[in-house]
Amino acid sequence: MNTHSQSEYFGHQHLTVIEPTQGWRMLDWRELCAYRELLWVLTSRDIKVRYKQTVLGAAWAVLRPFTTMVIFSVVFGQLAKMPSDGYPYPVFVYAALLPWTFFAAAIGTSGGSLVGSSHLVSKVYFPRLIIPLSSVGAGLVDLLISTSILLLLMLWYGVGWSWNLLAAPVLLLAVIFAALGVGTLLSALTVAYRDFTHLTPFVIQIWMYVTPVIFPVSLVPERWQWLLYINPMTGLVEGFRSAFLGKPFDISGLAISFAVAIAVFLTGIAYFEKVERRFADII
Amino acid sequence: MTHPAIKVEGLSKEYIVGHTQEQHGTFYDLLASTLRAPLKRLRNLGGASKEAERFWALHDVNFEVQPGEVVGIIGRNGAGKSTLLKILSRITAPTKGRVEVRGRLASLLEVGTGFHPELSGRENIYLNGAILGMTRVEVARKFDEIVAFAEIERFIDTPVKRYSSGMYVRLAFAVAAHLDADVLLVDEVLAVGDAAFQQKSMGKMNDVARGGRTVLFVSHNLGAVRNLCSLVLFLENGTVDFYGAALKGLSSYERGFTSAGDRIDGSRFQGALSDHLRFEKLVCRQGGAEVAVLDPLKEFEIELSGTALRGFQSMDLSIGLFRDGFYIASCHDVPQEAAMRDGPFVSRFRLPAAVFKPGRYTIGIGASASIGQWTWGSDIASLEFSENWGGQSAERNRGVVSIPYTGERIQ
Repeated sequence: MNTHSQSEYFGHQHLTVIEPTQGWRMLDWRELCAYRELLWVLTSRDIKVRYKQTVLGAAWAVLRPFTTMVIFSVVFGQLAKMPSDGYPYPVFVYAALLPWTFFAAAIGTSGGSLVGSSHLVSKVYFPRLIIPLSSVGAGLVDLLISTSILLLLMLWYGVGWSWNLLAAPVLLLAVIFAALGVGTLLSALTVAYRDFTHLTPFVIQIWMYVTPVIFPVSLVPERWQWLLYINPMTGLVEGFRSAFLGKPFDISGLAISFAVAIAVFLTGIAYFEKVERRFADII
Repeated sequence: MTHPAIKVEGLSKEYIVGHTQEQHGTFYDLLASTLRAPLKRLRNLGGASKEAERFWALHDVNFEVQPGEVVGIIGRNGAGKSTLLKILSRITAPTKGRVEVRGRLASLLEVGTGFHPELSGRENIYLNGAILGMTRVEVARKFDEIVAFAEIERFIDTPVKRYSSGMYVRLAFAVAAHLDADVLLVDEVLAVGDAAFQQKSMGKMNDVARGGRTVLFVSHNLGAVRNLCSLVLFLENGTVDFYGAALKGLSSYERGFTSAGDRIDGSRFQGALSDHLRFEKLVCRQGGAEVAVLDPLKEFEIELSGTALRGFQSMDLSIGLFRDGFYIASCHDVPQEAAMRDGPFVSRFRLPAAVFKPGRYTIGIGASASIGQWTWGSDIASLEFSENWGGQSAERNRGVVSIPYTGERIQ
């Protein structure tokens, strides 16, 4: 099947039609699939570049969430005496930092990815969606490495290790969708409005404070909790806690967050496709 | 009947000019203008407002290219050649019309097309292959050929940001030409390389064409176009002026230059002095009489008349003679910048016999003065020499010009 679609798309008789586009377009999945080799090359390039010139290399993937956890544990866990649903604060916050760090890094990098690849975008053709997609891919490697630390923490504190762990891959998928949605939206917006390069880090900072990373959802009065769940990361972060710490899943909260994540994904892709044709002209 | 490799119907491209705030403004501007006129903004989501200035880079272009043809695309700067290639390469979308391309397309639009500066030459070859839709296996098969053609074996693992521009273009061309594309588009990139490389690329493009693939080649080097292309597409101001046999197209193009005896189109003379100098006529004389076509075997005179409009104290004026893109010679009217008053003037140049060979030469005019720096206009006029070369065959006397010399043999 692999070689079939490859030769079909890039074959000597394949007819490419170039026409002006009006309004909203559907994403061409087949085309995206035919270019998967390129996605692979760009993702592995991103990963290589990320680790090639740093002294710490792979250690950086672990260091960031780990040191954040330590600082948060001291400041919020000890000094501010933040409640943590009965779990030891360090592992409580780390379980949330895991998906959050991935999400924040993914949307931060993909936001600037198109503008950063302007030399490619303005000179050769390929489905532009591949660029923000490849920057999300690189963050996955970091995520996998830092998950190992979480597993160690779980052993240390003697929590988690329940059947809930099986939900982790599904949750991860949802986080990826959310990151892709926001990431592609931001990358397209940054091409059109350059000040997004400055807005994005600010948005990410604020976003973390409206996501229950440092604090548990239970801290917020019940009748206002639904507000928190409109943020798709709320349900997903709590879901990660449930999966790794063995907390019971909040199904309704998760459902809302999943729905919003999918909606964000579709909106992001749709906007991206709409403005894609103009990228080379304005980048 | 074979399908055309490229089919272009009614192609038009409109650009919105200047006003960078409209192009990629700030989000702040977007918010502000939305508050002021919300409906108007929403309707133009992500687009520019209607008041921006627009111009048509291409207008109603129609042509078809059969597989295996080599088409030279010629025209003045700004005629729309690069825009046409960009649309064919799907870098930018057309405003109107329709294009059909059959098969895989590889394009070389600028030096280092699609190269990522941080990656090595090797990695970039794989990257470009992937962009073209080739699998790693396919690229690996052609890898050695590409590296050998580009002559960068020693540097293949260095990041391309360290390559010289010559190496860049060699690698870029090597990749584009070897990666098995059905249609190859080459923009005026090759001028960056040295003469040896240019020869090699012409040869390779010939091979590509003979292999049944289609080549579109944009160039100002009319000699290269003459040698390589069977067809020529002449674009003028975004429309097709001529599409057909190369020789006919090239003469049509060259005829467009002001001929000796016509009024000069001074608009080409752009720069510091363009408001201070006006050129009237360029006339050629032989044997005292004005001629339209020159006899290459006789001495001739070029006379340029013009007016110095204001502020002149001194001026240095020169004309440059070009053939097939080569700069043959420059001639100054006085040995160095000489005293000059405002008002009309005539510059005369006397040139020797039997140096300039039959064919067409173009003339550029340059000037520098006390009031303004060096200003140049190219392709302002043209000269034509008849085929009267004294019966000598062209093979015995190659070369762009003929120089006086003696040869002897001692045995």
